[in-house]
Amino acid sequence: MKSAASRHVDAAKPADAMSSQKSTRRRVAASALVWALLLTAPYWLPLTGGYTDLGSRVLVFSLAALGLNLLLGFTGGLSFGHAAYFGLGAYGTGLMLKFVTHSTPLALLAGVALGGLGATLFGPVTVRRRGIYFAMITIAIGQMFYFVAVRWNSLTGGEDGLTGFERTNIHFGHAILNLHNSTIFYYFTLFFFAIGCAVVWSVLRSPLGHTFVAIRENQKRLRFLGVSVGFYLWIAFAISGFIAALAGALYALLNNFTSPEDLNWVLSGDFVIICVLGGMRTFWGPLVGSVIYVVVQDYLSSITVNWMSFIGAIFVLAVLFFPWGLLGFFQRRIQK
Amino acid sequence: MELLLFNIFNGFIIGIFYALMALGLSMILGLNGIINFSHGGFLALGAYMAYSLAPAIGFWGALIVSPFLAGFVGLIVERVLIRPLYGRDPLFSLLLTFGLAMIMQDLIRTFWGATGLPFEVPNALTHPLSQVYFFITGYRVFLVALALLATASLFALLKFTRVGIRIRAGNADLEMVSALGINIYRLRAVNFSLGIFMAGLAGVLAAGRLGLTPTMGASLIMPSFVAIIVGGVGSLVGSLLGGIIIGVAAGITTTYYPAASDVVIYLIMAVVLIVRPRGLMGQEGLLE
Repeated sequence: MKSAASRHVDAAKPADAMSSQKSTRRRVAASALVWALLLTAPYWLPLTGGYTDLGSRVLVFSLAALGLNLLLGFTGGLSFGHAAYFGLGAYGTGLMLKFVTHSTPLALLAGVALGGLGATLFGPVTVRRRGIYFAMITIAIGQMFYFVAVRWNSLTGGEDGLTGFERTNIHFGHAILNLHNSTIFYYFTLFFFAIGCAVVWSVLRSPLGHTFVAIRENQKRLRFLGVSVGFYLWIAFAISGFIAALAGALYALLNNFTSPEDLNWVLSGDFVIICVLGGMRTFWGPLVGSVIYVVVQDYLSSITVNWMSFIGAIFVLAVLFFPWGLLGFFQRRIQK
Repeated sequence: MELLLFNIFNGFIIGIFYALMALGLSMILGLNGIINFSHGGFLALGAYMAYSLAPAIGFWGALIVSPFLAGFVGLIVERVLIRPLYGRDPLFSLLLTFGLAMIMQDLIRTFWGATGLPFEVPNALTHPLSQVYFFITGYRVFLVALALLATASLFALLKFTRVGIRIRAGNADLEMVSALGINIYRLRAVNFSLGIFMAGLAGVLAAGRLGLTPTMGASLIMPSFVAIIVGGVGSLVGSLLGGIIIGVAAGITTTYYPAASDVVIYLIMAVVLIVRPRGLMGQEGLLE
């Protein structure tokens, strides 16, 4: 499995200084374009037949996938259970709003803390093994939370999901942030998406991030150098869990509802395919993948009852013909 | 006390389904290096094919033919979809079989309907064998016996036949087996098909016990993963043992605290992972 990873050397390693300057400029331009599109989305989305809440959903799924991608794409940790931390974030937020407080920021904080600490707590159990084993353990741990949510009826509402809570407006002195408004909630989500991007971006530029990439490329060598691979995997797992939890918390606020499906391994699979579709060795891959996946799913489920087959076909075809994703595909063409 | 025995026995039966699933999964994981998410889909396929075949060729005919048909479908799937994955990052096999599982579940729902269907077992098998222990019906005893027979045959096949020996050798060192002039692609295809055969058999047996729903495989596959982790990757006996252990443990929990019966198997897994990270009978250095 290592050979496959090293054959496709990281795109961020240019051959010489000239092309380095060029590729930096290209990357800045691309990022500027992405942010411009995101900031103006509520204005152009209706023109394309979309709606603002769909935009918010794309952002939430991108954020979760962005967190997962730190582990999956950059550290090489094959987590198939990230819905667990997403769902914990959602349930933490929902339960807080329903039973404890009407403050949206506090509820958000509670959700992030619950999901993030869940990942931090269960990280050490998973990072002792790698590869397929790692994947299986992360799935199984995720399913554990799923069954807790299904069976703990009195608290979580069981299979019907948690209802009876609602996001509330935020008051800044006299100013009110009206979160009930879809457009304002979109910008609220975008704000946290930007924070998530900033965290992942600065981690990737730090020595920590370079350690992550080194683990992906050659963990045996790192071990010989005396680096505690398990420890760094754990850190990657925890950071990505916190970001997934933030996404889950926002998702609960977006829908004013959470269900056990937000914890299910099927959703974990969705996050992984989002990373792969966009390009898991790229920073913006999760966003691109999320745009494709969420929009296609939304469209398919409105036109056919057999949408599951089509989604399944996307998985199969992406693996067979498009394993490095849309951005990975373009990146490699540009490099040639 | 009787309730406890009842639940232990029930758990044991469920554990057998887990074990048969885990056995096939474990074989495929070993030689093909693939986690087959679609294993549950093949289980359901075996069950539904038996359901459709039973009116024509009877229960016994369906019981025999259906697993072979499932194995045959497995052979085709291996050739078309699984073979391109060999030697690639395990991520891709996970995603592909995940998508395949969705497609299979959806197709089954389209062909046979979303609502549950009953699967008739012969009258001779439905009577309780004991007045006191009413839950020991003929079918359940038959199910245990057949599962034992199938497992024993599989182990004998792996132990004594030429292809079985090659499969075991391939598990140990595939490159060497290939260097000795054995067609490892054919070997892997046979192995995959064998694993699917076990899933199909588990499907028919489960159909008589649990009834048919399109999601029947999906609900059995996760505990089967846990069975493999608990038993230890790379050990077929471990997978069997793991399946039975978590089945019985879930049964016992049902007696005392029903709400936790789903969660307990994951707790067992967590404990096993902390105490013995490689599982009960896992081997060192496998699949890492």
